[in-house]
Amino acid sequence: MDKIVRINMGAAGGPQVTTEPAGEFAGLGGRATTSMIIGKEVNPLCHALGAENKLVIAPGMLSGTSGAMSGRLSVGCKSPLTGTIKESNAGGQAAQVLGRIGYAAIIIEGKPAGDDLYKIHVSSAGVKVEVDNSLKLLDNYPLIEKLRGQYGDKVAYMSIGSAGERLMHAASIACTDPELRPTRHCGRGGVGAVMGSKRVKAIILDDSGCKQRAPHDPEAYRDANRKFVEGLRKHPVTGEGLPAYGTNVLTNVLNEAGGYPTRNFTSGVFEGGAKISGEAQAELETKRGGSATHGCHRGCVIQCSGIFNDKDGNYVSKQPEYETVWSHGGHCGIDDLDTIAKLDYMDDNIGVDTIEMGVTVGVAMTAGLCEFGDREGAIRLVEEVAKGTPLGRILGSGAGTTGKVFGVEKVPVVKNQALPAYDPRPIQGIGVTYATTPMGADHTAGYAIATNILKVGGDVDPLKPEGQVELSRNLQIATAAIDSTGMCLFIAFAIMDQPETFQALIDMLNAFYGTNLTADGVVALGKQVLSVERDFNQRAGFTKADDRLPRYFYTDPIAPHNQTFSVTDEDLDSVFTW
Amino acid sequence: MKLTIKLFATFRQGRFDIAEREFAPGTTVGQIVDQLDLPREKLGILMVNSRHVQLERVMAEGETLAIFPLVGGG
Repeated sequence: MDKIVRINMGAAGGPQVTTEPAGEFAGLGGRATTSMIIGKEVNPLCHALGAENKLVIAPGMLSGTSGAMSGRLSVGCKSPLTGTIKESNAGGQAAQVLGRIGYAAIIIEGKPAGDDLYKIHVSSAGVKVEVDNSLKLLDNYPLIEKLRGQYGDKVAYMSIGSAGERLMHAASIACTDPELRPTRHCGRGGVGAVMGSKRVKAIILDDSGCKQRAPHDPEAYRDANRKFVEGLRKHPVTGEGLPAYGTNVLTNVLNEAGGYPTRNFTSGVFEGGAKISGEAQAELETKRGGSATHGCHRGCVIQCSGIFNDKDGNYVSKQPEYETVWSHGGHCGIDDLDTIAKLDYMDDNIGVDTIEMGVTVGVAMTAGLCEFGDREGAIRLVEEVAKGTPLGRILGSGAGTTGKVFGVEKVPVVKNQALPAYDPRPIQGIGVTYATTPMGADHTAGYAIATNILKVGGDVDPLKPEGQVELSRNLQIATAAIDSTGMCLFIAFAIMDQPETFQALIDMLNAFYGTNLTADGVVALGKQVLSVERDFNQRAGFTKADDRLPRYFYTDPIAPHNQTFSVTDEDLDSVFTW
Repeated sequence: MKLTIKLFATFRQGRFDIAEREFAPGTTVGQIVDQLDLPREKLGILMVNSRHVQLERVMAEGETLAIFPLVGGG
């Protein structure tokens, strides 16, 4: 990973490919790479869908090595949804394959003049950009099927569906899993629309003839990786709960805690929660011949995903994540796993973020486009997005736009990005993260649920404002660093509780790069990434007034705790004071 | 006194999802955990009335206790 490839889609005479040394970005990866390149090269005042924006794709620091869990791929740009800097990451095979090919980053810049559609083939032989108008408006599943006919099964694919081509602000970029299904998405912030604006439909990553990246000290790397894997297997969250039930194990937890946003954030308890819980989902998947345990990339030892089949045993979708089960489920008053799995498939196929899409459907229900709990109605609305009708384009622009168009007062967005599956009133720590992360409302950016609700990595009372700013600050710093390593964020559950597992991760980085990084160095990297992102947002015109939750979270209490978000503005403004 | 006990995730295996049971007045959360043979080192979250409680918490007539192993996701 010592070089960067730059693809100018707007060059005179057609797309131009140039390769340069990684230079100042050598030794970095993932979110650090994407955010630093965007911070340095993109004018924060540009239009996100214009020629000045860039799409940066970066494997993590350890992607493409033999290290476990190192398969996260980061995509960065200015977000059309939020107007902020954006880093959105996904699992799947892409990061490992790109790492092995040897690129620290692919930078896609400029914008072609015509309406030709392109595909990009990346291999050790170089990068080829070709027109392929036969791919126009294909959605992800048929698109990958068609590309497999040409490029086979020993590659990884990144792609956009029709939503990305139509420049919808909820559009995602899909990455294929080990079975070549387009199920792992860089979902948040409309990164798929930026790829669509460059007229790039698919990227084929071919690592044939490439070897795993070699560590500086192979023996020390192998030893550290072994300790790291032991730590993940030993911890009850990464070793038992996630493999058995997936992320949806959280439905019952959040529902019991009264923090499960129900019917567009009007209650903290969903009476149908048990029916769509991780326990019920795992039982159903197993009964139907699917699987409740599946890894999104080779080298994953947690295996939090699964396969969801219909009652006749036919594949419907990958196991919907907790956030998807919530957004299309409880948030819309829907208590049926089959409906949710169908919507999950539709989202993956069209290429839209399941959180943004589900929250949008709930906002549309508040607006009266259909009733809460109307399963067929929810499917009809998402079909509008698939067809690209005028209504579909509104819905595909996300919850904020949909709320404005239909005159909905209470729309759960921060920086125009939909809130995920945790209500910030009874869980104040996650509210601090939603309000202040440079990404717009995002749970992963500083997952305070761990400490507020799950009691992993300490214990901070979710119902009180005390301690939440410090908690969110520390988590945001740690997450920015982990997102740069290429490691799946779920390793955090083990490294927060087990110092020896955290040390094993640091040892892996040092053995691989021949460095002397310490825990303080990891913190410094996280702070550096956040500072670059905050600086971009400030130059884009964002101020502290944007680091707030929508007003109704401060004024409208919900059952069962009947309380509002009470972290003060002054405290929110101190999150990034260090 | 009559209490409702809810178990989740791996704690359900070989036990139950939800059950109503009689307990002596003054029974604590910890005593219920032990009576159900739930390994204390695997305990994650204990909740009564949507609030986290500790093992020392004394239960009252008619309450519901939810017991989770350490879980995570997101």
